Amino acid sequence: MVATPTAPTSTGRAGAGDAAWLATLAGAPLPSRRQEDWRFTDLKALTALEPQMITPADPLAAVDLPAGLERLSSSSAAPWLGQALAATASAEHWPVLLNSGASAAQACPLLALRVFGAAGSLDLHLDAGSTAGLATFRLLLVLEPGSSLELLLRPSSSGPNALSLVSEVILAPGAELKLGSLAFGTEESCLFQHTAVVQAAGSRLDHTAVAGGWGLARLEPRILQRDGQAFSRLRGLQVCRGAELADTHTWVRFDGPEGELDQLHKAVADDQARSVFNGAVRVPRAAQRTNAAQLSRSLLLSDRARIDTKPELEIVADDVKCAHGATVSRLQSEELFYLRSRGIASDQAAQLLQRAFCEEVLRDLPAAAASHGPLLTLLGRA
Amino acid sequence: MIRPDAPVLLDIRDLQAAVEDQPILKGVNLTIRAGEIHAVMGRNGSGKSTLSKVLAGHPAYTVTGGRVLYKGENLLEFDPEQRARIGLFLGFQYPVEIPGVSNLEFLRVATNARRAEQGFEELDTFAFEDLVRERLAVVQMDPAFLERSVNEGFSGGEKKRNEILQMALLEPLVAILDETDSGLDIDALRIVAGGVNQLASPDNATLLITHYQRLLDLITPDHVHVMAAGRILRSGGKELALELERTGYDWVDQELDRLAAGGQEAGRTPVEVG
Repeated sequence: MVATPTAPTSTGRAGAGDAAWLATLAGAPLPSRRQEDWRFTDLKALTALEPQMITPADPLAAVDLPAGLERLSSSSAAPWLGQALAATASAEHWPVLLNSGASAAQACPLLALRVFGAAGSLDLHLDAGSTAGLATFRLLLVLEPGSSLELLLRPSSSGPNALSLVSEVILAPGAELKLGSLAFGTEESCLFQHTAVVQAAGSRLDHTAVAGGWGLARLEPRILQRDGQAFSRLRGLQVCRGAELADTHTWVRFDGPEGELDQLHKAVADDQARSVFNGAVRVPRAAQRTNAAQLSRSLLLSDRARIDTKPELEIVADDVKCAHGATVSRLQSEELFYLRSRGIASDQAAQLLQRAFCEEVLRDLPAAAASHGPLLTLLGRA
Repeated sequence: MIRPDAPVLLDIRDLQAAVEDQPILKGVNLTIRAGEIHAVMGRNGSGKSTLSKVLAGHPAYTVTGGRVLYKGENLLEFDPEQRARIGLFLGFQYPVEIPGVSNLEFLRVATNARRAEQGFEELDTFAFEDLVRERLAVVQMDPAFLERSVNEGFSGGEKKRNEILQMALLEPLVAILDETDSGLDIDALRIVAGGVNQLASPDNATLLITHYQRLLDLITPDHVHVMAAGRILRSGGKELALELERTGYDWVDQELDRLAAGGQEAGRTPVEVG
C-alpha cells in the first residue's frame, strides 16, 4: 500500500480539516446539508482526513477466479463503464464524482469481471488499511444472459481514511446475482459505497449490504429495472455506536411492467450515534403491475442516539402494489423480562435480542460471510 | 403433600404492590413449604396475576409494602434473573414470542445460568442436547420446536408445553404457574398437568394461579386460596376449589362488602374454612 500526498491545490495549501482537495478531486464542491439528500449527513469525518491518496492492493490479485468468470482489461471494460451510473441517474452524484476524479488522478484497481456461466462464489477484500488518506476502488460486473454469481465484497478500514467504492452492475436477461457487502471500519474512517445496478427482464438481484463501525458511512444502492419483469431483493443493516453516522439512501426505479421489489432495511443506533435511511421507489406509468414492498425497522438503544427514516414512494402507474412501513423501537421490555425471568442477565438478554434483530439480515449474505464472524464484529463491542 | 415440619420456601407477608401508582396488591399473606402445591383462585382483576409478576420481579410493578422471604432471604432485593437462578420460576400466562432467538439456544443459556448458580458445570451444546431431549418427554414435545424461534408461531398449547419444558430444565424450587390452563384444549391440558405432576417433589413447591377448577381436577392442590381485591380472602383445602366451582364467586362481593364495613384490617388475616 502506497500513500502519496496530493499536490497543493489552486485554492492554497491543503491540510487536515480543509476539504478543498476533495472538492478539487471531485470537480465539484462537497455536498452541503442544505441539500435534501445530505440533510442529516455531517461530513466532518471526511473533511478531517489527511489530503493524500492511498493506492490500495488489488483484491483480485489475491484470489483464484472461479470458472465462468473472467477479468476484463481496462480497454475491454471501457464500453461498459458508466452505463449503470447513467441509467441510475448517479453519474453526477458527488461520491461518484469523487471516485472518478480520484481514479483519474491516480491508478486505482479496476475490478472488472465478465460472468458468462454459473460462476459460483467469490470473496473480495477491499482494504483501505490503516494509512491516512483516500482509497478508491472501482468495480464492474457484467453478467451475461443466464449467468450467475455469488459475490461477497468486504470493504474495510483500520485507520483515518476514506474508502470510496463505486460498483456498476449490468444484469442481462436471466442473469442472477447475489451481491453481499460486509463493511467494517473504525470511528476515524469513512465509507462511500455507491452501487448502480441495471437489471434486464428476467434477471434477479439479491443485494445485502451490512455496515458497522464507521465514523461516517454512506451507502447508496441504486437499481433500475430497465424493462420491469425482474426481481430485486434488497437487504440492509447498519449498526452505529459512539459518535458514528450511518446513512443509507436506496433508489429503485421500474421502467417496465411487472417488476418486483422486496426490501428490508434495518438499523441499530446506540450512544449518540446517528442513523439515516431514505428509500426511494419510482414507479412511472410504464411500470404497471409492479409489486414493491419496503420495510424499515430501526432499533434505538439510547436516548441520545438519533434515527431518521423515510420511505419516498413516487407512484404514477395505477395498477400496482406498493407497500411500505417504518418502525423505530427500543428493545421490547416484555421480551427482555421473559429472558431475564429465565436467569439470563439483562445485558446478555439485550445482546440476544440485538443479535436476533441483526441476524434477519445477516443470514441473507453470501455463505462466505459466515467465516468473517459478522455478528461478533457488529455487536461484540457491546 | 403437607408436612408441618417441611422447610418454608416462600413466605409472603402483607405484600402490597402497585402498577403506575395504582395499588393492586393490598396485603397478601401466604406461606409455602417444601412439598406443597398451592392454588390461588380468583376472578379477573383480583390481583392473582400481579402476585405472580411481583414475585418474579417484573419491572412494571412496584412493591409498596410488606416482604417476601425466599428460603429466609429477602427475595425482593434480587433482580428477576437472580430470582430465576436461585430457583424461582414463573410460567407465563402469555409466553412471549421472540423472533430470531433460537429456542434451543435460549433454553441452553437459561439452563446454564441456573446451573452456574448451583455450582454445576455449564453444559456444552452436545451435553445440553442430550438433556433437553430427555426432558422433552415430560411434556411430549416434538424436538422440531427446539429449532424454531422462542415461541414464534407456536400454538397456545405448544407455548404452555414450552413453559413446562423450561421448568423441567431449570428444576426450580418454587414454580409459579400463571393461568397455565388458559387456552388449552383438554389433551394439551392433560399433558401440561402431567408434566407439572411429574416435576413436583417433596423438595419443591408449586403455586398454581388459575380461574377454573378444571386444572385442579388434574393437579391436586394441598391448599387453595381465594383472592379478591388484592388480598387473600379465604384459604382452605382442595374442597374450597370444589365449593367455588359450585357456588361461583358471588359470595366474594358480599365478603368484600362486609370487610369494607368492618374496616381495612380484617382482610389481612385469611379466614380459614373447611
